[in-house]
Amino acid sequence: MDQSGEAYWKAVCTLIVQVLAVWFFVSFGCGILFADALNSISLGGYPLGFWFAQQGSMYAFVIMIFVYAKLMGRIDEKFDVHEE
Amino acid sequence: MSLQTMTYLVVGVTFALYIGIAIWARAGSTSEFYVAGGSVPPVLNGMATGADWMSAASFISMAGLIANMGYGGGLFLMGWTGGYVLLAMLLAPYLRKFGKFTVPQFIGDRYYSKAASCVAVLCLLAASLTYIIGQMTGVGVAFSRFLGVSNSTGVFIGMGIVFMYAVFGGMKGITYTQVAQYCVLILAYTIPAIFISMTLTGNPIPQLGLGGGFVGTDMSLLGKLDQVVMDLGFPQYTTMTRISTLNMFVYTMSLMIGTAGLPHVIMRFFTVPKVKDARASAGWALVFIAILYTTAPAVAAMARLNLHASVNTAVKSGGDLFAVESSIKYDERPAWMKRWEVTGLLKFADKNGDGRIQYYNDKNPPAGAVAAGWQGSELVVNRDIMVLANPEIAQLPNWVIALVAAGGLAAALSTAAGLLLAISSAISHDLFKNIFMPDLTEKQELMTGKIAMACSIVVAGYLGLNPPDFAAGTVAIAFGLAASSIFPALMMGIFNKKMNKEGAMAGMLAGLGITMAYVFLHKGLFFIKGTMPMMNGILEAFGGNNFFLGIEPNAFGAIGAVFNFIVAYVVSKITPECPEHIQHMVENVRTPRGAKAVDGSHAH
Repeated sequence: MDQSGEAYWKAVCTLIVQVLAVWFFVSFGCGILFADALNSISLGGYPLGFWFAQQGSMYAFVIMIFVYAKLMGRIDEKFDVHEE
Repeated sequence: MSLQTMTYLVVGVTFALYIGIAIWARAGSTSEFYVAGGSVPPVLNGMATGADWMSAASFISMAGLIANMGYGGGLFLMGWTGGYVLLAMLLAPYLRKFGKFTVPQFIGDRYYSKAASCVAVLCLLAASLTYIIGQMTGVGVAFSRFLGVSNSTGVFIGMGIVFMYAVFGGMKGITYTQVAQYCVLILAYTIPAIFISMTLTGNPIPQLGLGGGFVGTDMSLLGKLDQVVMDLGFPQYTTMTRISTLNMFVYTMSLMIGTAGLPHVIMRFFTVPKVKDARASAGWALVFIAILYTTAPAVAAMARLNLHASVNTAVKSGGDLFAVESSIKYDERPAWMKRWEVTGLLKFADKNGDGRIQYYNDKNPPAGAVAAGWQGSELVVNRDIMVLANPEIAQLPNWVIALVAAGGLAAALSTAAGLLLAISSAISHDLFKNIFMPDLTEKQELMTGKIAMACSIVVAGYLGLNPPDFAAGTVAIAFGLAASSIFPALMMGIFNKKMNKEGAMAGMLAGLGITMAYVFLHKGLFFIKGTMPMMNGILEAFGGNNFFLGIEPNAFGAIGAVFNFIVAYVVSKITPECPEHIQHMVENVRTPRGAKAVDGSHAH
């Protein structure tokens, strides 16, 4: 792989790791590991930990994919590997 | 119009609609309708993927399980949506660039080996067949209620209809039919939820209603539900976890990586026109899936509350749950209970002989129940019936109940047919044509595929009569199998260019093997109940019938996947390195440019 190719792949992997960190935080973090602690806060009639597990993480997933797609498009263009 | 007539009418009209669209689409220009996303706007393509994805497990079974599991049920919600993030980032764009149509083809080429392709077919069959067992369970529930027959008869009728549906098959690939199925399915799911949310909370949006107040009190809906279930001896709804935090964590992970490893989901991303579209279409698919998935927890909590309210009048009035007249009289039970008793999925046994229905947790009987002389819970409600029964319990109009039946059938049939097509192409094309009998004619290939489908239905139907779990639980096992075998091989194929065929094959076999062994030890060899004594014997020899670290079989796929990664890595280090030209190919797959549009070819 040439140098620009390697730099491109590095940029892609960095983005993936960043999105995965958010992915892990909202679902496994807020929805499972910290759910008990978050339940002491309420969001309307929802205990917050319960809300993350049954509502919030799903909204976050949807947003995450679109943000990822947008940022990937930018990386593709920056390294000039996008489709014509 | 009677409920039965109305149900026939709505189911008939929706099926006529699917077939009508299929015929109309064929009569137009042919080839582009076969390719998901060819000239179809990404939004519609997302709907079609949603219909493909949401099966009897999502539609019929999931909310019923959540109603029972409370907070712990969130593992289905997070697991079956979070996987799309992995799919969009780790697999979809690269598999699209690779330009193959099926998972075994990708594995065969990337790992330069027909043997690897064979192993992939094996993994795919294990996951898909288990998945279909879950679908048959769901189909059985839907048909038994819809035709007013026993559950077993429902499964037999379902087997016949699924077979016809899959063989007629062509319409499966037509995106616009799936768009119509999505619309029926989502209306059937959300309309009753809106009605019920309106009645219980005054808020027509179920996602908000679930966090809203309970009508006529100053309590929140979830607060009221927590109070009612705890008074009846059940664990608190909003905090009850699934066995343990570790088990819930592993279970969720297993479903997520299984989503990204299931062949019929991945296949949809092989056929989008551009790499860029592969990323976005995962997002659109998730939007349409999330509409159902964020409604499901509201359906679950409200169905649970309504179920308790319909057998105990004190739930709504706030009076004494254990007063004699609070429990309703069996002779005056609502009509929906009578209808479900016919199927055998709802049972009443008058344990204390007072002619009234006492429904509570008799494993942890509350003091009030003991004092009132209750002799055990008298109602057994199969969790898989909750969604279909929900509108009946809430006494919604007949057309809503009929619509839910139509939605459930659409969900179960479309996914079962899709999986059967994946199985038939894996066996006839990837296994026979490409490996064992290269001179197979097209006609023989088609025949082989149909025989494979028929065998799969018979096996799945037989096991569906005595399913290893509720529909969504069985499907979760299928996800575990995909997670432990296919996902790691695909991911390493893209992200580790040095991964060689020996490593990948050893990893897939190890992951699949250990997961299957764990599941079979706890659920019976090949899910056959008769083998349980033997399995228990083996478990005793290994120190008792306990779960490893308290992890249930349904959740074991994530452990299998870790095992897969480790075995693959170790084996790849001690065997010959991956050839130079394959490493170059992997580098090429990583960049979008050069991807060619798919023109007119079918996914299979």
